[in-house]
Amino acid sequence: MRRFALIAIPYFWLLILFLVPFVIVLKISLSDVALARPPYTPQLDLSAGWEGLRAFFSELDFENFVFLTTDDLYWKAYVSSLKIALVSTLLTLLVGYPIAYGMARAPNEWRPTLLMLVILPFWTSFLIRVYSWMGILSNEGTLNTVLLWLGVIDTPLQIMNTNTAVYIGIVYTYLPFMVLPIYSALEKMDESLIEAAEDLGCSKLAAFWLVTWPLSRNGIIAGCFLVFIPAIGEFVIPSLLGGSGTLMIGKVLFEEFFSNRDWPVASAVAVILLLILIIPIILFQRNEQKAREAEG
Amino acid sequence: MRRFSWFNVTSLTLGFAFLYLPMVLLVVYSFNESRLVTVWAGFSTKWYGELLRNEEFLDAAWVTLKVAVFSSTIATVLGTMAAYVLVRAGRFRGRTLFSGMIYAPLVMPEVITGLSLLLLFIGIGLDRGVLTIVLAHTTFSMCYVSVVVSSRLTSFDRSLEEAALDLGCSPFEAFRLVTLPIIAPAVISGWLLAFTLSLDDLVIASFTTGPSATTLPIKIFSAVRLGVSPEINALSTLLIGIVTVGVITASIVTKRAAVAQARDEQAAERNE
Repeated sequence: MRRFALIAIPYFWLLILFLVPFVIVLKISLSDVALARPPYTPQLDLSAGWEGLRAFFSELDFENFVFLTTDDLYWKAYVSSLKIALVSTLLTLLVGYPIAYGMARAPNEWRPTLLMLVILPFWTSFLIRVYSWMGILSNEGTLNTVLLWLGVIDTPLQIMNTNTAVYIGIVYTYLPFMVLPIYSALEKMDESLIEAAEDLGCSKLAAFWLVTWPLSRNGIIAGCFLVFIPAIGEFVIPSLLGGSGTLMIGKVLFEEFFSNRDWPVASAVAVILLLILIIPIILFQRNEQKAREAEG
Repeated sequence: MRRFSWFNVTSLTLGFAFLYLPMVLLVVYSFNESRLVTVWAGFSTKWYGELLRNEEFLDAAWVTLKVAVFSSTIATVLGTMAAYVLVRAGRFRGRTLFSGMIYAPLVMPEVITGLSLLLLFIGIGLDRGVLTIVLAHTTFSMCYVSVVVSSRLTSFDRSLEEAALDLGCSPFEAFRLVTLPIIAPAVISGWLLAFTLSLDDLVIASFTTGPSATTLPIKIFSAVRLGVSPEINALSTLLIGIVTVGVITASIVTKRAAVAQARDEQAAERNE
């Protein structure tokens, strides 16, 4: 009896507040707009029995999904989200790898402190970390002031409200997600392997490329997915740092819902976003599984 | 003895400068006299005064704190239960679905979680406000708690629980007297994680709140959409300060606890 309660309470909580809402999204994405307010047509009327059920299913259609293909705003937003997520993932890897490497090769007594310094920003508000870049990147911001003062540039750089600012924002906020898995892969590495490679005539660079890089591969892949997956659906960064030209699907969904009040289309956007995300999520799971098997 | 190489020192310095400089600038400019955030006009704490006189911010802070305390506490209880079920309950019908529902929210885009919960709340006619935000936050943060707690549950020696059961404990007593003290650090860090996730959340709260409840992130977001503002800098500085003190304290406490535990274990081994 106790075992039943133990399983049932979290189970039903998640069923009602996680699974059922998705079924509703799916249903609404197949419904028509009825003045953008509930009740949407069709409604499931169980009192009408079998007839009601049939009427319900015959009313569902893919109209909203067809609509998404006719307006090129949507597919452009999906493509541009994927592009922005991909570019910023690679940039995060570029910035994160040297940090992880430096941490893993630091003296032992330094490592806990360095680890804490990487994790600390993760505990501070995401919104504040994104906001902190608004003061730096704007036309009268710190970066432009410094560059003008140094005489590097004559006119302020327009970085704020462009995709560049979005890249910087994503790299900055997701950096710990990239550094931590790479660090843990590098830390486990046996350093005598490098010595062996160097003894056998490898240059330092060749030893890195032939030994260190392949051995940190699982960490790199995990880090890339941990940045790529949430970056696709990102909303805060493009809306604060991006401009009108920055198309990201999370922002489109938010605006479709709050500004246009078009719930069925917003739901259809959500369903497709989920379908796009399933592929990297499955690949990520598989990578994690392989890494676990390799260890065990 | 390992030393820093010049390459590592450079990469670490640049890396940590990148991570911390934006926040340092935020803190510095919160003490700026001028409303123009980028022109230094002398030291002043007036923005903190304005912030503390701003009723809207204080109300929002109160709502946020209430939501965070309730949702993280419920999420810790539910998440610990879920972790226990995943690690200890063995096979039961629908186990795959259950573990799927635990892991899926971790990778779900916030916009989708928010949208789907809002549609549910409207569907069942629940008035949106503090209650709905608490329900939403509890749901996603219980999954984080359960991941943290289940990793501790898998790593500890199960024979301790079995010994308690053999010595006549009921399963619940064994959990309370043996399992819970051992997993307590994980439960506490789960609670802290849930608490910060709730404090930070903008997107899910925007979807699931109504006109009656505005959280701090919602307030900050609508204020900074128009540009940088010194009051928000002051507010950010306060939040950064609280988090820094909290994290450092927590890490010192857990370090001490780990040292004490190691000492106890050594003493126990000597006595054998």
